[in-house]
Amino acid sequence: MFDLLWLIPLLPLAGFLTITFGGSRLPSAAAAVIGVGSVSVSAVLSFLLGGTFLLHPPEGDAHVQFLWTWMLVGDFAPSVAFRLDALSIVMLWVITGVGALIHLYSVEYMRGDQAFKRFFAYMNLFVCMMLILVLADNLLLLYLGWEGVGLCSYLLIGFWSEDPSNGAAARKAFIVTRVGDTAMALGLFLLATELGTLDIQTAMARAVERWPVGSNLAVATALLLLIGALGKSAQLPLHTWLPDAMAGPTPVSALIHAATMVTAGVYLIARTHVLYSLAPTVQFSIAVIGGVTLLVAGCSALAQKDIKRVLAYSTISQIGYMFVALGVGAWQAAMFHFMTHAFFKALLFLGAGSVILSLHHEQNMLKMGGLWRQLPVTFWTFLAGGCSLSALPLVTAGYYSKDLILHEAWLFRGMGWFPWVAGVIGAFLTSLYCFRMLFRVFFGEEKTHVSYRPGWRIHLPLTVLAVLALVGGFCETPEWLGHVNLFSRCIEPILPAEAISESHAGGMIFFQVTALGVPLLGLLLAIFLYLKPRTVSTNRFMRQRVVAQVRRFWLAGWGFDALYDALLVRPFVWVAQINRNDCVDRFYTGIAWLNGMGHRLLVLTQSGRVRWYVAGIALGVAFILGMVVAS
Amino acid sequence: MMGTIPPEHGIFLAILLFLLGLTGVLVRRNVIFMLMSLEIMLNAAGLAFIVAGAAWGQVEGHVMFLFILTMAAAEVAVGLALVLRMYHCFKTLDVDAASKMRG
Repeated sequence: MFDLLWLIPLLPLAGFLTITFGGSRLPSAAAAVIGVGSVSVSAVLSFLLGGTFLLHPPEGDAHVQFLWTWMLVGDFAPSVAFRLDALSIVMLWVITGVGALIHLYSVEYMRGDQAFKRFFAYMNLFVCMMLILVLADNLLLLYLGWEGVGLCSYLLIGFWSEDPSNGAAARKAFIVTRVGDTAMALGLFLLATELGTLDIQTAMARAVERWPVGSNLAVATALLLLIGALGKSAQLPLHTWLPDAMAGPTPVSALIHAATMVTAGVYLIARTHVLYSLAPTVQFSIAVIGGVTLLVAGCSALAQKDIKRVLAYSTISQIGYMFVALGVGAWQAAMFHFMTHAFFKALLFLGAGSVILSLHHEQNMLKMGGLWRQLPVTFWTFLAGGCSLSALPLVTAGYYSKDLILHEAWLFRGMGWFPWVAGVIGAFLTSLYCFRMLFRVFFGEEKTHVSYRPGWRIHLPLTVLAVLALVGGFCETPEWLGHVNLFSRCIEPILPAEAISESHAGGMIFFQVTALGVPLLGLLLAIFLYLKPRTVSTNRFMRQRVVAQVRRFWLAGWGFDALYDALLVRPFVWVAQINRNDCVDRFYTGIAWLNGMGHRLLVLTQSGRVRWYVAGIALGVAFILGMVVAS
Repeated sequence: MMGTIPPEHGIFLAILLFLLGLTGVLVRRNVIFMLMSLEIMLNAAGLAFIVAGAAWGQVEGHVMFLFILTMAAAEVAVGLALVLRMYHCFKTLDVDAASKMRG
């Protein structure tokens, strides 16, 4: 049964190849069937395999399928092998399940697009690469998937390449993540040279044996891998690419920039969590980075006008939560939040896509309004997703995962209050910006006429994801709510729970009240500010200069783009400008010039005067004969 | 039996003829005279072969002369045809006037 594992990434690859090489002979409808079909079949396969695995776990709680040895250089022999364990099953289910739904959605969203087939080819390639990333038993193979998804992200952000700004956004995403990827490659080199292997399990075992806690090598490796994860997962300071990545089609944002690729960093850290246990300072810095990121991105989301940019900042902020969880050692909570986040954020993006499609590609929220009557299915599902994102208590999946993270952060007070405080403020911000978006889009007066009504291909994925966004959290509930621990029990062998010291467990009532109350507080404020007609004093407050300036500052994402532009981009362009005629180039242009001169000289001899030619030949012969005689 | 001519004399004559022919090719502008000078050069080469063949008692030298003769005949046939065409085009036999290439 488990021998079928290799089929899961192969099917999307086959889809990609068929669509690519089918070329113009392949009709669009066939491309859609192949694109959706390949991912759906691998979804079914992964549910079958995963289900079998969880019901009858094999020995060692993992199944490794060795395919072939990739290369053999001395002792270094990375293999192409796939590893099925609880962690990769969670990733598999989300990637193929949510991926199949998004592919189905794309059939309607991209209908009539000139490059319809190219879109599905890229999407299938992406799914294949992402599956390789999560199934890899080997960091080198993981890196192949890692770069593959980066490439697909680049291709799909710049999908509508007629607009140069889309190309610029694609390049930005590629270059910024490249910074992280370079660091990650260095980390892999360090691991390979120091531990002699890139096989994840062996490397982790050797790291524990050879490196004491806090040793320099462990810290360096953990840090380098962390920087790679920061780039991929759009965390401070490498987060600036994600809001611009919204230039791509909306299903791309849902699949790549919300549900799967951007969480690859979280997966990487969870996979190599042993390293971070060896480097506690680095691990704590993950929590700090995550906390700062979730606050910065949450504030930025509050001021955005473009519906997709709100969601992009929200994604950054939610991944910040996962990083907080990783930083406090709550590996299970991080993966749990990854799962629920994939449900509700994919849902929100698809809902936003449905709105954008209905309003003739209008993305500005200020021009939307009153859509709940026009697009009932989109509204109700979007509402479910929004509630889940805001973590409204008890009925949503987002609540259970966020509550788990906050709980762990609360118990982690040993190294400071910051992660928990950031998490709580972030929860308030999340709920505020989420309902601001919801009220702006679906309530109030109607500002743009609905020109298109989505069909079943859009409604089905929305409904399925809405159900998941609501009930997906019931597999892991806190102690005072039945204490279901299906998720953590399954994933326990791979990601151990941190031993919680009971001494910190005081003040639980206070904790519970905040966790329950903060999202509701955000909702109330959002109702007061954005749903009800504003009172005179609120209006006066919102129009104050300081408030307006803060809003502008947040709209620009805390000025990170301007900062990087001034610090990095412009100096680089300036250096490139003055170095336009650089000395190395001089040398080569000199050679070219010399050749040109020689050419011009020799052209003079080509005069067309036959007798001169004869004289030349005669002289040449005389010269050669002279040489022969002289020697 | 007449006194044999030493091969040096024959070779010297061949060189002289060759240089005469070459000078003709270089200084003459009329294409017909150039062709004639070429013939002289070819015959000079043939003479050198004959002399060498006679000196060493080898038959290859004579054979080579036959080849040169054949080639010269072919060359004259083609050359004269070209000269005719050239005269049709340029109304002159001056090779320098016929040059249209301006490097």
